[in-house]
Amino acid sequence: MVTITIDGVRIQADESSTILEAARSHHIDIPTLCYLPEINEIGACRVCLVEVEGVDHLVAACNNKVVEGMVVSTDTPRVRRARVANLELILSRHDRRCPTCFRNGTCQLQALTDKMSLHDIPFPTHLSGEPVDARFPLVREPDKCISCLRCVSVCQKVQGLSVWDLVDSGSRAHVDAAHEDMCTYCGQCITHCPTGALHERDDTQEVFDAIYDPEKIVIAQVAPAVRTSWAEGLDLKGAALTVGRMVAAIRRLGFDYVFDTDFAADMTIMEEGSELLHRIGAGEPGPLFTSCCPGWVRFLKERHPALLGHVSSTKSPQQIFGAIAKTYYAKLLDVDPSRIYVVSYMPCVAKKMEAAYPGMDAGGTGRDVDAVLTVRELARQLRSRFVNVDLLDEEEFDQPLGIATGAGHIFGVTGGVLEAALRSAYFLTTGENPDADAFCEVRHEGADRGWREATFNLAERELRVAVTSGLANADALCHALERGEVAYDFVEVMACPGGCVGGGGQPIHEGFEPAADRGEILRGIDETATVRFSHENPAVTACYDGFLGAPNSELAERLLHSDHTAWSMPFRVDASGAEVPFA
Amino acid sequence: MPFENDRSYGALGEMCTDTMRRLGANARGTCPVDMTRALVGVAHAQSCGKCTPCRVGLGTMTELLESIIDGTADAGAIARLEDLAEQIRVSSDCAVGYQAAEQVLMSVRAFRDDFEYHASTGRCLRATSQGVPCVVSCPAHVDIPGYIALTAAGRYDDAVELIRKDNPFPSACAYICEHPCENTCRRTMVDDAVNIRGIKRYAVDHARTPRATSRGAATGKRVAVVGAGPSGLTCAYFLSRWGHDVTVFEQREKAGGMLRYGIPNYRLPKDILDAEIASIEAAGVKILLDQKVSGDGAQMLCDLERSYDAVYLAIGAHGDKKLGIAGEDAGGVVPAVQMLREVGLGKAADYTGLDVCVIGGGNVAMDAARSAMRMGAKSVRVVYRRRVADMTALAEEIEGTVADGCEICSLMAPLEILADADGRVRALLAQPQIIGPVKRGRPAPVKAERDPVEYPCQVVIIAIGQDIESAPFEAEGVPCRWGRMGAGDDLAVPGKPGVFAGGDCMRGPATVILSIADGKKAARAIDTYLGCSHTVNPQIEIPTPRLDDRVPCGRSVMGERPPEERRRDFDLVEIGLSDQEIAQETLRCLNCDHFGCGILHENGRTAW
Repeated sequence: MVTITIDGVRIQADESSTILEAARSHHIDIPTLCYLPEINEIGACRVCLVEVEGVDHLVAACNNKVVEGMVVSTDTPRVRRARVANLELILSRHDRRCPTCFRNGTCQLQALTDKMSLHDIPFPTHLSGEPVDARFPLVREPDKCISCLRCVSVCQKVQGLSVWDLVDSGSRAHVDAAHEDMCTYCGQCITHCPTGALHERDDTQEVFDAIYDPEKIVIAQVAPAVRTSWAEGLDLKGAALTVGRMVAAIRRLGFDYVFDTDFAADMTIMEEGSELLHRIGAGEPGPLFTSCCPGWVRFLKERHPALLGHVSSTKSPQQIFGAIAKTYYAKLLDVDPSRIYVVSYMPCVAKKMEAAYPGMDAGGTGRDVDAVLTVRELARQLRSRFVNVDLLDEEEFDQPLGIATGAGHIFGVTGGVLEAALRSAYFLTTGENPDADAFCEVRHEGADRGWREATFNLAERELRVAVTSGLANADALCHALERGEVAYDFVEVMACPGGCVGGGGQPIHEGFEPAADRGEILRGIDETATVRFSHENPAVTACYDGFLGAPNSELAERLLHSDHTAWSMPFRVDASGAEVPFA
Repeated sequence: MPFENDRSYGALGEMCTDTMRRLGANARGTCPVDMTRALVGVAHAQSCGKCTPCRVGLGTMTELLESIIDGTADAGAIARLEDLAEQIRVSSDCAVGYQAAEQVLMSVRAFRDDFEYHASTGRCLRATSQGVPCVVSCPAHVDIPGYIALTAAGRYDDAVELIRKDNPFPSACAYICEHPCENTCRRTMVDDAVNIRGIKRYAVDHARTPRATSRGAATGKRVAVVGAGPSGLTCAYFLSRWGHDVTVFEQREKAGGMLRYGIPNYRLPKDILDAEIASIEAAGVKILLDQKVSGDGAQMLCDLERSYDAVYLAIGAHGDKKLGIAGEDAGGVVPAVQMLREVGLGKAADYTGLDVCVIGGGNVAMDAARSAMRMGAKSVRVVYRRRVADMTALAEEIEGTVADGCEICSLMAPLEILADADGRVRALLAQPQIIGPVKRGRPAPVKAERDPVEYPCQVVIIAIGQDIESAPFEAEGVPCRWGRMGAGDDLAVPGKPGVFAGGDCMRGPATVILSIADGKKAARAIDTYLGCSHTVNPQIEIPTPRLDDRVPCGRSVMGERPPEERRRDFDLVEIGLSDQEIAQETLRCLNCDHFGCGILHENGRTAW
């Protein structure tokens, strides 16, 4: 510990802490812009400058450490003048048409400008005028980029990729796509961008067009993690943010049916669990990788294509839902599947691309999932339609595709897919249910480092499993597998730290990461669920009994599984599903 | 005179001097096209405005350059820029205009790829930012700010281990490295480069032994290294620490290569070299001495290829080069490599009472001259056909040579070696030169209209370069060009899977640090070739960067033993920085690893 003085207050601080950390832990705030704890501590924006006694130049508080006896002033005329000057310079290179910006209201630059009470920029504004390419799920608006390098750092340090980089030098230095072709569309760069420079492709209008089309039967499916965060971007006045209220709100948008992706998650378990047991029974070499996360599948194809044969062929819950909706459910409704329009609400950006991949067309309508919207887009829809969410009564999902178990609900949190699969795999091998919490060892809350492994006994056979989230962690795990340092039977990977609860399509908060809290919500829903085993989902059982036959049946294989070799990286499609090669 | 009493000119002159220093330390990675634009801007500001090509033309070139940089220029822009530059070059009235135009022409020719990439994409070929200047400029990419901070903190062992992360020769480099790191030191922008080698010298002199030798789990892979010089031993060191079984084949009686057989004891004491080699052996490297590879009566390369999983060729450049003048075969004519080899073995000849001429202007010529003085020579002359300023030897080596009492006879081209009746050297005949036009970037000597000069002498040492004894390897299928072994970017020898080549035998005679860098690169390439991906991560915590203002402060330099005391013995000449000096000099480091874009480049700096 060291003793320092900040703004006249003597405080004790850990000697490894930065000036910023020491100040904030004593409720002295210092503004920041480029700073992201542990990920981007580079002192680039020069907004967190403070005065240190005995030093002439101002010091960045975010990445310089305290030393014994240091005397810091955070609010002097020199400090304020320099901070303002830097903010003015940043704003002079920023497209300030805030009202039409996707991040209006959640932009950190906007908030900081407001806080610092800046109302006039004395410098001429210079913008590149570079056009915006909005064809793909990840959209970049160069004139809103403030070169904070957060996207560069998140992509590198958290996701182990280098899609973004600081390119060119001198006055022309700017952030740009350096390796666009390796992008997984995880969207972590979006959720860590302080401005509107990065956002998802907005597909809300297509969805409204479908809703307003009287010929269309418009179906919503809602991913597990959406229920944890759907109202974060809304200004609610005390109403409980329950699942039932979310269903009611989505229904108000005009959907004919509001269903639950978690139903499809239960079905995923039936398919993937059977695939796992078949694989083990046949003595095929492990591991089997989960395939729910399209960011992860892209990453594996990009970085470890030799391991591709280990990825489960089972489609993701989103695509299983789409396939079932346009076959089984079309049959139940007795309508032509082309009349059905499936909209997914996802905490994810990569799902937008997944839905447009070749082969995602079990129903023969072109594509099984017609539109994918992020949680942020859901909030925009609700706001733009003036839905008074806090006045709505709670409503139930429609049936039968709205019935899900606790096992399906935890798909949205790291470890959840694995745990759900283990619950059913235990049943399928032993003929009896385990304790629903028997596999709680694989639960892993929040952003993690490395991966978690465990060994369980299933009918005398040891099952070695591993869980990880964050692609840099996944990369390390793959390397260890390739080098033979570890061996597993079943591995769950989610691209975003903490799983879908920390997804790239989630609402954006500056200064804290809510993934772990959202994960707790899903675990809580599971714990209180009346049914906690996918194989006990009555709607799933009915679908198998009346339509598919059995897991991994010929029909199930055709509808619910995909061929991962159909395309390889680099690969991207636009919203229409047309492949667009990289330049 | 209108500007004679203009006091503001003093400040401008200082700004220009500062800028010269700044430009001199220009970091690698800056965009040559953008730098050209900026330099044309400087030239334009210097224009008096009298003449059209300079007043208007330089501005037009700036505009053209900007459009090329931004990629907004039309297809013929580069050609138009070149044409305009040529017209400015030939039509300017004074150097302000034509020299600026020449710079543009030079830039376009040297960096055509950069210009074309900018013009067609609007982006820079050297896309990513610059890194830590000294670390980037060090061929082995040693974490220099890291070990300076450790030295400042008194953690000398950690400083040495941090250097050994990239370079197993911290001591050798502390004494004799050419320190390319200092050339781009950002401190130069404030006052002068940090004395990086001086700081390293202090760290190695104060660190304890033994050094770390831990090894990774045995991989069962066997690697042969040919040549126990800095490159071969560096490669062997890393491979051995990673757990490979490494054997080094050295044709001479001792290991060290040019560090032993080329650099005299007064610059790099043999006990320090021996201890350094012992620290490499302690890490598991087996060195087999008197083991020639390839050629008559020797073990063949193909044998090594069969019995080892990989081979690294690092045989150096130990052959001598002939001058091609009459009398070169006279008794008393000695190649510098041979003379220095004997010195290195402690078998130096006795030159007592003899007059010695050394031909050449590089570091080897200086080593030969200063050694000859120590071998008792009555007089030593360094005969060189260009000016002292054109010598390739380090300035401090030239100064040391002069201080040792050697005479430098510059602008003297050797013409003939005159022999007496017994066929022994009696004099060196040299043709006076004047310095002439610049050819290939260097002013070339031109014959002076004066009579040749005779330098009476009994010994002539020829130090005009070294040859690579690569012929036997070429016969065994290693592709060679002008004696240099061919190797790809990863140092793999084309057509010979598992065989790699680096150091002087691949690049021609160069510096120790370049050879070490090749050894490091080869270790990585061989590890990958063997299917491994080992890493080096000594996990040394670097002290927190200081926040104090970097006020201008002179650079401390190392002292030398007085010439009259040192010139007749082979003991170490250079005296390390004092405690007082090191305390000040380490604080001069600007910590470019933390301040500036260096903070973006942690990857590979603390581990690789």
